[in-house]
Parts: sequence; structure tokens; C-alpha cells
Amino acid sequence: MEYDHKGPQLPRARGPLSSAVMDHLLDKGPLPAPGDVAGADPYGDDLQLALYLCYELHYRGFADVSPDLEWDPELLRVRAALEHRFLTALRAGTPVHDRVEDALGELLVEPVDGTGVSHFLRDEGELWQLREYAAHRSLYHLKEADPHAWVLPRLWGRAKAAMAAVEFDEYGGGRPDRVHARLFADLMTDLGLDTTYGRYLDAGSAEALATVNMMSLFGLHRSLRGALVGHFAAVEITSSPGSRRLAEAMRRTGAGPAAEHFYDEHVEADAVHEQVVRHEVIAGLLEQEPHLAPDVAFGIDATGYVEDRFAARLLADWRAGRSSLRTPLASETSLIS
Amino acid sequence: MPNSPSDRPRRITVQRRGPLLVEGPVEVETEDGTLVSSDRFRVALCTCRRSRRYPWCDTSHRARSRAAGDCGDSGGPSGERE
Repeated sequence: MEYDHKGPQLPRARGPLSSAVMDHLLDKGPLPAPGDVAGADPYGDDLQLALYLCYELHYRGFADVSPDLEWDPELLRVRAALEHRFLTALRAGTPVHDRVEDALGELLVEPVDGTGVSHFLRDEGELWQLREYAAHRSLYHLKEADPHAWVLPRLWGRAKAAMAAVEFDEYGGGRPDRVHARLFADLMTDLGLDTTYGRYLDAGSAEALATVNMMSLFGLHRSLRGALVGHFAAVEITSSPGSRRLAEAMRRTGAGPAAEHFYDEHVEADAVHEQVVRHEVIAGLLEQEPHLAPDVAFGIDATGYVEDRFAARLLADWRAGRSSLRTPLASETSLIS
Repeated sequence: MPNSPSDRPRRITVQRRGPLLVEGPVEVETEDGTLVSSDRFRVALCTCRRSRRYPWCDTSHRARSRAAGDCGDSGGPSGERE
């Protein structure tokens, strides 16, 4: 995971919106018309990739794309239209609890007979499925905690101090070899995957892109700080038990020590983080800004909603015996020794 | 040995249901004399004795339910929960 100064390659377009955004990034053509955005499927490949391209300018950018385009007014106008379409669909489609405590309470009960992706991978996942899972998740984990760092300036007092402490832990507590994104790159190496940032953007499904786009959406808008905090809590609360199952999957398939370590570390770290996020970040924020409670609940529930979509797609593909990626990994299996 | 006057007491947060939260770094000596340490900013110490990573909490204290139907997954540090 060497730092690539040029930035990742642009992916292939998935339709007129992503194609036009890419043309604009390369100064080769006009941006989409507002009407094109209004008619697009909010969860479809084209809109999700177009939005992902816009957001990525705030992280690492792309090779041969001017970094100044991050604040290009025309592009921001298109991004706003894409975001509006996505956020409207999220708000309409997510069943949201009336109270934050109820939304949290549901996540704090652990089903004994769960049927989700981590259960599947623990019980019957094969190495090729673990590799696909890691390729999808690399879109987030190679920038783990970055989308959440945007919220720090929007918090104050107890919530800010606690959020910064958790982020510090995500970033390795001051040690570069313990940065969680680094640990994930080591997992990818164990699995014979390419750790280059952005390498699997082309391979990622629309459902996978939506999970990352939602984080960027919540993180980049101060008006959505409540949703970002709720989202972060949902991630931390659900992480420990799921990470335990994924660590078991890595052990059972002999994926390698770094692959096991990534999830073992998250079992332990996130058992702490969820306590800090619930008792300090959420409680601190709502003490100062009680009117944000519905947004916190929305952030918690929307996370479950987009993750359920991603899980359903993965399991449907795998149960049908097909790859869950847009571009298969077959050519790289030789890297596994 | 008296504490240095500059030392402030280490805060431990107790909960009726859940781990003890202790400001890190900590060293923990378990019953068989094994010494384990963590330099995390805060650690969660298991009190239910069900943790598979004892003495650290792994959230095994949580209530478990069959009533959640056929959904109910939590899948690692990304927020999955199907």
C-alpha cells in the first residue's frame, strides 16, 4: 500500500451520468443535465458511480484529474443533484425508529440464528468469497475512518473529545503500522489482492458503492452531522460480533495471520468504541443539540438499510454460484501461495 | 507508595450490564497469573465472563434473541447487520 501520488485510475463509466462526470473531470465534455439526474435510479450503478467520482475528489482524487476540480462549482451543482436523489430515496425507504434508544436497542440484541453475510462466511464461505468480500470492502477500509473525520469540526465538547479519541484509535493511536486502513491492506495481501487504493472500484457493485457514498454524504454535510454520528454508532455497535464471525471465517479457510488479525483487532477495539460512541458521542451531541435526535435515528437505521441491500446482493450472487463483483478476480488467484 | 500529587485518579466507568470501562493504558493480571496489556485510550473489561477474548470485552454480554426472525447479522467493521 505505497502512497500513489498520481492517484487511482478513473474507472469505466456505467451509464450517461458517470460517463459525463468523467468527461468533465478530463475536460472532454459537458456535465449531465439536471433532468438526467432526476430520472436516474437512485441506487443504480450509474448514479452511484457518478456520486462516488464526485466524492473521491475529497479523498485521493484520480490520476490525470486536476485537484482543483474538488471545488468546481459546476461539478458541485451536479453533485448536489445526485445527493438530493440519493438522500430522498434513503429517507423515503428507510424505516426509521421514533427514538434513538429504540434504534440502538435493536442493534444491541444479538440474534442467535442470524443469516447475514458474516454468518454465511463463517459457516460455509470459501476463500474466493472472502476475497470478493474484501475487494468490495476495500472501497471503504482503505480509507477507514476518513469519512467520519469530517464530522469532528461540527462537534463540540464531550462529543468532539470522544469522537476524536475513537478516530485516533482507528488511525492506529499514532503508530502507522496500526492504522486500520494499513491492517486492511495487510489482510488484502494475505488474500492475494492488490492493495492499490481504488483498484477495485470497477469491481464494486452499486450496492457496495452506496454504503460508502452514504458515509461521504453524511460526513461532508454539517447539516447531516446527526446522521453521521448515528451511522458511526451503528457501525461500531454491529462490528464486534460480526468481526468475530469474519475472523473465524479467515481462520477456517487459512486466509493468513494478517487477515485474522484485522477482524480480531476489530472485535476488541469496537467493543470499546461502541461504548464510547453511545455514552459520549451520541449522548454528548444530543445533550447540546437535542433537536438532532431524529437525524441520529435516521443515520442508525439508514446504515442498516444500505447494508441489508449490499448483503442481499452478495448472498443472492453467491447462492447462485456467481461472482458478486463486476469484474472477476480470477486472474489474480496465482498470487495466493 | 503514595501517588505523586500530580497523578489524578484513573477513571473507571461501571455499568450494571456491560463491561468496565477503564482509561488506558492498562495491565491486567488474570487468575492464572498471566499478564496482558493494552495501550488503547480506553479498554473494556469483561464482567460477564463470557468473552472469548477475556479479560477484554467482546460484546458477549449482549442479550440474544431468536425472535429477530430470519434477519439479524452484524458483519464486521462496516456496519453490516442484515
